[in-house]
Amino acid sequence: MAQMPEAMRPLRILIAKPGLDGHDRGAKVIARALRDAGMEVIYTGLRQTPEMIAAAALQEDVDAVGLSILSGAHNTLLPRVVELLRQNGMGDVPVFVGGIIPDEDVPGLKAAGIAAVFGPGTPLSEIVEFIREHTPLRHPIADRNSRLMSDYG
Amino acid sequence: MTGDTRPLHFTKRDLARLITGIENDDPHALRALREWYGRTGSAHIVGVTGAPGSGKSTLVAALTRMARSRGQTVAIVSVDPSSPFTGGAILGDRIRMRELFEDDGVFIRSMANRSALGGIARSTADVVAALDAAGYDLIFIETVGAGQAEVEVARVAETVIVVEAPGLGDDVQAIKAGILEVADILVVNKADREGAERAVSVLQAALDLAAPSVGTAGHHGYGALHRVEAPTASSTGWRIPVLKTIATEGDGVAAVLDAIARHRQYLEQGAGAQRRAQRLEQEVTIRLRDLLLKRAMQQIEPTRYHALIEACIARKLHPQEAAQELLNELARDDGRAPAG
Repeated sequence: MAQMPEAMRPLRILIAKPGLDGHDRGAKVIARALRDAGMEVIYTGLRQTPEMIAAAALQEDVDAVGLSILSGAHNTLLPRVVELLRQNGMGDVPVFVGGIIPDEDVPGLKAAGIAAVFGPGTPLSEIVEFIREHTPLRHPIADRNSRLMSDYG
Repeated sequence: MTGDTRPLHFTKRDLARLITGIENDDPHALRALREWYGRTGSAHIVGVTGAPGSGKSTLVAALTRMARSRGQTVAIVSVDPSSPFTGGAILGDRIRMRELFEDDGVFIRSMANRSALGGIARSTADVVAALDAAGYDLIFIETVGAGQAEVEVARVAETVIVVEAPGLGDDVQAIKAGILEVADILVVNKADREGAERAVSVLQAALDLAAPSVGTAGHHGYGALHRVEAPTASSTGWRIPVLKTIATEGDGVAAVLDAIARHRQYLEQGAGAQRRAQRLEQEVTIRLRDLLLKRAMQQIEPTRYHALIEACIARKLHPQEAAQELLNELARDDGRAPAG
């Protein structure tokens, strides 16, 4: 348990709904489940563009991004989110997806950098477990610290 | 510590990670903050508090849009409660700020209060300091939905806006004793709703009742002479405005932003120095309390500690006696072997 203090840091997860569909019940169920698992969930609501999602992920310094999408626009919107996160230096932040995704689209999304696709009926515990396993608890600033501190320290 | 007071040029990524570090007591982040403390102090820090559902997030978003149109950069720290059971939280204030996400001159950070009382998180002041050092002109702190005693934001903000809305039940009663007293600006939001006029007049009446004591604060006998009073507070006197807004439409928002600017001018004319001194004195006192408690808990023998708690449970000892006993023992230990 040498990593106790780091391990106790609450994970920060962004839950967002890209695209134009107006149902966020699923997203809210996930948000609550993650809250109940001790995570800090930033919930940004409906009709988010990939640009809005990436900007929120950046400013909130999240450990993972969860996207809920029912509209069928996943093949265009989701890879764009991954791309924008990479441009922001957040390529190591896992993106997981829930909603209605046809099986044949899953390999393409994974190739585009989506870490996991959770279809309807996925147990919430599976999603919680996935996040815990795929968010290496980053040291918040240590790797940037040398540059920041060298100028001002 | 350098004497440099220029703002730092962070990328948003660096700033976001620094804030995560501050929230988690990361020693690197706290050291950086100490180094940069000399660069803080130029932002105007505005607290926005009020009951849940009064429209704080929507008002902050509208104020931010207006401030941006006037050329100011804006940071928003939005605090929501953590679950006392799991420590988790749903931070949902961004829902009402969506049109600000992609504005390069806006930085929004959601914070869980991590079960701190008082409406903000323990590290909110330091997060605000980081945003200040990063050069944002205006920093809004939106508290958790506040009832009567959530006045901590007044310890961090220079200007406090209390947001009220008609139709929230016995809302005016709720703020009479507590957060009304820390308000520099009162806003009745949702002013298109029934009861808005009444809310305004009740608030105005409450202010009129409170006003005379401001003018005569210096004349209440000997004690008052030694009290730390802002001399300008009684001479020039800040008149707390009661403003109506419909934040969703942007109505009245310009007047609130004007009042914020006027309050800053008022602070700069002298009252601010006094308030800042009081705030920092409190800040140092609170941090000293935390450090003393931390040191004490490290020095106290757990077995001794639990024995005294047991005595309290058995009602053989009053909790005050137990605490006093622990303090006496610490003082004796300090006398024998001074702690490092």
